[in-house]
Order: sequence, then C-alpha cells, then structure tokens
Amino acid sequence: MKKITLSSLFSQLLLLIFVIAWIAPTFGLFISSLRDKDVLAISGWWTSFTTTEVNEIYRTEGKDAQVKEGDYYFIKSNLFGEDKGKEIFRFGVTSKNIDEYQVGESASFKDETEITVFENGDYIWKSQEEFKKKKGKRVFVSAKSPPSFTLDNYKEVLFKEGLGQAFLNTFAVALPSTLIPLIICSFFAYALTWMKFYGRDILLATIIASLVVPLQMSLIPILTIYNDFGALFGVAAKSYPGIWMAHTGFGLASTTFLLWNFLKSLPQEMMEAAKVDGATHYDTFIKIVVPLSIPAFASIFILQFLWVWNDLLVGLVFLDKHPSEIILTAKLKELLGSRGENWEILTTGAFVSMTVPLFIFFSLQRYFIRGLVAGSIKG
Amino acid sequence: MSIFSLALTVLIGVLIFVAFFHFSNFLLDYFQVKKSKKFAWENSIRVVIFIGPAFIVLFVFIIYPVFETIRLSFYDKLGDNFVGLYNYAWAIKDPDFKRSIINNLGWLIVVPTLSTFFGLVIANLADRIWWGSIAKSIIFMPMAISFVGAGVIWKFMYDYRGPGDQQIGLLNAIAVALGFEPQAWLTIPIWNNFFLMAIMIWIQTGLALVIFSAALRTIPKETLDAARIDGASELKIFWKIIIPYLEQTILVIWTIITLLVLKVFDIIYAMTNGQWQTEVLANLMYDWMFRGGGDTGRGSVLAFCILIGVIPILAWNLYRHKQDQKV
Repeated sequence: MKKITLSSLFSQLLLLIFVIAWIAPTFGLFISSLRDKDVLAISGWWTSFTTTEVNEIYRTEGKDAQVKEGDYYFIKSNLFGEDKGKEIFRFGVTSKNIDEYQVGESASFKDETEITVFENGDYIWKSQEEFKKKKGKRVFVSAKSPPSFTLDNYKEVLFKEGLGQAFLNTFAVALPSTLIPLIICSFFAYALTWMKFYGRDILLATIIASLVVPLQMSLIPILTIYNDFGALFGVAAKSYPGIWMAHTGFGLASTTFLLWNFLKSLPQEMMEAAKVDGATHYDTFIKIVVPLSIPAFASIFILQFLWVWNDLLVGLVFLDKHPSEIILTAKLKELLGSRGENWEILTTGAFVSMTVPLFIFFSLQRYFIRGLVAGSIKG
Repeated sequence: MSIFSLALTVLIGVLIFVAFFHFSNFLLDYFQVKKSKKFAWENSIRVVIFIGPAFIVLFVFIIYPVFETIRLSFYDKLGDNFVGLYNYAWAIKDPDFKRSIINNLGWLIVVPTLSTFFGLVIANLADRIWWGSIAKSIIFMPMAISFVGAGVIWKFMYDYRGPGDQQIGLLNAIAVALGFEPQAWLTIPIWNNFFLMAIMIWIQTGLALVIFSAALRTIPKETLDAARIDGASELKIFWKIIIPYLEQTILVIWTIITLLVLKVFDIIYAMTNGQWQTEVLANLMYDWMFRGGGDTGRGSVLAFCILIGVIPILAWNLYRHKQDQKV
C-alpha cells in the first residue's frame, strides 16, 4: 500500500514540474506586460510579487517652484510626482554615495543648499539665496517598492505603436480566410462524398497528396501571378482579396479532407430518402447536411482561424507592411527588430496578439481538440 | 483603413461566394422545374457548380505551383532562361545550404522525438491524477499561440545581461543563481539551435498530449488491470503494454510534427533570422525570394528540397488511403 502512494506522489511531483516548466514562460510574459517599464528593464518578473528594494534617481524641481518664507527660499514637492506607494528609506545627493542619509535627515549639496527627503517622497529644499537654475538637482533614493501593476503598456502599444490597427487588420485577413474555404470546401466535400462523377477518386487522391505539400512550393509562382495580375489591371499586387485566396488555397486540402471524413460518416439512408422525396442536391446540402455538420464546421473553423491568425509567412509575402495592411505577427516581428530592448512593448504586444487565440482556446477548447484529433487520425 | 471599411470588405468578400453557390443552384433548379422533365445535363452542371470553385483554387494555388516551382528550379534568377542544373550545382557548393540541411536534419530528429516522448509521458501521468485535466490544459495552451508570439516569450526567457547586472531572463537568472556565468544563449553556434528547438517542443508537446490522451482511453482497462494484478510495475506497463498499443498513434503524431518541422520558418525568422548558424531551408528560401531583387531559381531549388522531405510521408498517406478505400 505504501509503495502505491509513493509512486503516486512521485507522479504528481513529476507532472507538477512539467506544468511549471510549461506555464512559466507565458506567465512571465503576462506579468511583465503589466509591470512598469522602468522596473521591468532592471528586475526579473519573478521579483514583482514581493516588496523589492530599488535604487532610483530623481530630479527636483527648478527655480519656478520656489517660494520665499522668511529669510529662506524653499522648493517643496514630491520626488515621485504622484504617489506610487514606494517607501524611501535612504537617500543621497552624490553619485558616489547614493545612500548617505536616513530619511528625514538634511543633506547639503555642494552649493550649500540643504535638502530633506521624507519617506513618501516629499522633500524640502532650502536655500539662503534665490534658486537660479531652471533644472533641479539629482537626488538618489533607495526605496522599498511594493508590488504594483499597470495597464499603461497596453495603452501605449494599442494606440501609439499601431498594434490596435494591426489587430483589426488581422481580423480582416482571418475571417474571410476561414469562411471562404469553409464555404467552397463544404460543397466540394459534399460532391466528393455523395455525387457520382468521373475522376472522383483521382480528385480525392490529389487532396490527400496536397495535404502534405509544403506551402513553400506555392510562394514563388503565386507571387508571380499576383504581380502579373497587378501590373495587367493596374491594381496593387498585395491586397486583402489576394491573401484571402492564398489562405483559401493553402487551407483547402485540410478543410476538404476533414469535412469529407465527417460527411462520409453520415447515414446514407438519409441522403437516399431525401432524393426519393425529390430533393435536389442543393436542397439536401442546405437542409440536411449543413445543420448536421455544425459541430464539424465549428472545429474546422477554429483550426483554420487559428492557423491564419498565427501565420507569419503568408502575411509577409502577400501583404504590404504599411500600417493599413500589416498583420499582428508581422508587426510583432518588426517590433522585435526595432524595439528589441523595449521589453514593455514586446511583452505587451505579444500578449495582445495572443488574446484572441487564448480566448478561443479557453472557451472552445472542446471543439479545438476534437478538430485536432480528427485531423490527426489520418493527416 | 477604418473598422467599417474593413468590415465591409470582409462582408463583400464572403458574400460573393455565398451568392455564387446560391444563385447558380437556384437557376439550375428553376430551369429544371420549367422543363418539367428531367433535364439530362442537370447532374453534370450541378457537379461543376459544386466542385468548380474549390477545384480552381486547388489547381491555381497547389497543383500548378508545384510543377511551376520544379520548372523554375531549372531557370535563371528571373525565370527567363533555361540553365539546366546550375541552381542545383550552386546549392551543393553553398555553405549556407549545407548548414541549413544539417540544421533541418537536427530539427527533424530532436523535435518530433522529444515532443512525442513528453506528450506520451504527460498523457500517462495526467490520466492517473485528479488534477490531470487542468495540467493537460496548461501544457496544451502553447498550441494556440503563434510562433512569433512564442518567439517573444522565449526571447524574454533567454534574455542576456552582462555578468554584473541583474538578469531579467529566467534562464540566465537560474544559471546565475546556480553559480554559472550568464550566457547569450541564442548566439552560441550549434547550441543555439537546441534553444530554438525547445520552443517548437514546448508548442508541439501539447498536440502529442491531446492525441495520446484520446488514444489512451481506447486501451482496454482489463488488460491494464490484469497486468497490475500480476504485479507489473507502472513503468513496465508503460513500456510493455501502452507503447506497443499506441504504435500507430505514435507514428501519426511523429508524421504530423515532422511535417511542421520541415516547414519551420517563423521561429527562426523571429528569433535569430538565421544568424549565428541557425538557418534552415525555409528561411534560406525566404531569403532568396527577396535577396538582391529575388532569385526564383535558387528559391525554387530550396522549396523543392523541402518537398523531397515530405515525399515519403506523401507516399505513405496515399498508400493508407488506398487500403482504406478497398475496405
């Protein structure tokens, strides 16, 4: 009995290690996207849950803020600008000795002005003579920073970096690129399953062969066709309809195959009964096959939609990179190149691009898995 | 473009196809009723309407390009003049090509093996533990994420700061905590390939996991119980019963992941862009499609190499399809 519990404990531990290893990267990204960009650049995301000690530099206000009280001139303000919940415990006025003073003590600058910094960032800067400089002086503080999260990065990324537009563009690519193959392939699969015509078996074999043909084989010829077409009619070679049809082409074999697999499992008697009642193939298709196929449609829709949403290569080749056409993945890759060190932009951008797939994943996981499993039985 | 014009474009694009099928079938029905007796061509026309659009797309986007790409591989960079095997001779001598082939082979060996192995192990573990389905969900989740998104996630994991600074990448933080020097993981030739493969394994394990989970349920419970009563250890059951039983499934998963790995492009394009000796065929091909105004000959040779990689799988799939049709 003891042996079983031990082995079960071991299993649980092993699985836990796998789970942590698998979730940690995504979780770190998500937490990072919610952190302040200055903190993000200097400390690991795993430190964000505890109060941490940070060393920071702030600048006091300049002469415009001074008031005269009695014989002295004062500048009174707060180093943080607004209250961020940080607690200062030491500060300094030179870069050589950044934690020389306790909070509440007065420190003197080289020009014999005195400054007192308090725990919450308030400071009083006192001088016998009038302050003359427009810029204030640097103050070094050591502070305890409590866990704090912000949505600022999301505002920045969605509206300033153009990810909001890229998000819409991706929808404009993904929806038709999913619906068009679904429409034309459902008729195609119906014909392959229930209609008799010459060459049906060869067509089916072609579909099965096409399942595995790498899309790289198609890129150069299709791009040439699009360029010629664009030059001939004086339209842009790279356009939304162009990429819809490209995605339709690349998703056609798998969509047809999955639907064909599903349709041939429907009872033959039903089709024959409909035929006897005088229904045409179109009637049978609309009134019997489509309603029965809704779950299959849902699975295929999700698979193809996620495929298109997550695609980079087709989007790079068949769409322009200007803001009105660029898709999320291409935009993210562009940011990786141009803003490689701005992790607040990258983590947030990546998370924005993942929102739709993750939403689909969590709400429709059942259909997603069903589609994958159905596709894999053969594929 | 504004959200409305985008929505309108999308709507029109989709409606065109709906309208095509609806009106062509409607017209066909209309004429059939009018003639009142069975219109002889009705069935043929109906077949053409049903398969026409899909067949045109299949022909234009898959069938024709396959032959065109093979043809172009024997032509010069603009596709105008026949150059025989010149592009192939170039490829054999090109050091980048050689490295891509080696890297691709590395990917093909490592990624399907480890993904399948992890998937199988996790499916087995999760099946016996009460919180197993939550664990499965979590490990499956990367399947929903794009390769570029995964690229950002892992680039952050691999982030490198100088030895004195605080590390913000988890991997280097762990390395430093264990007393090692921090490393710029993605720039160490040979090893960096494995750090890139880790991303693909991280994604594809989920696929293997769900398929194995479904397949595990088909193993008869009596067989497993009988083995347990006979005193077989869980490890022995795993190797002697479960693995032989799932042989077909393992093969299927292996092929799916192999197909994906052959085409791997996004991860490398986003992470290193083929620098530090990480290029693979798909990246080299993309490069040649646009480098110096584009070289369709060399690009086509590289695409053709990827196709050669899938031919065994293609043949096997067709063979199995034929077997199924006989039954």
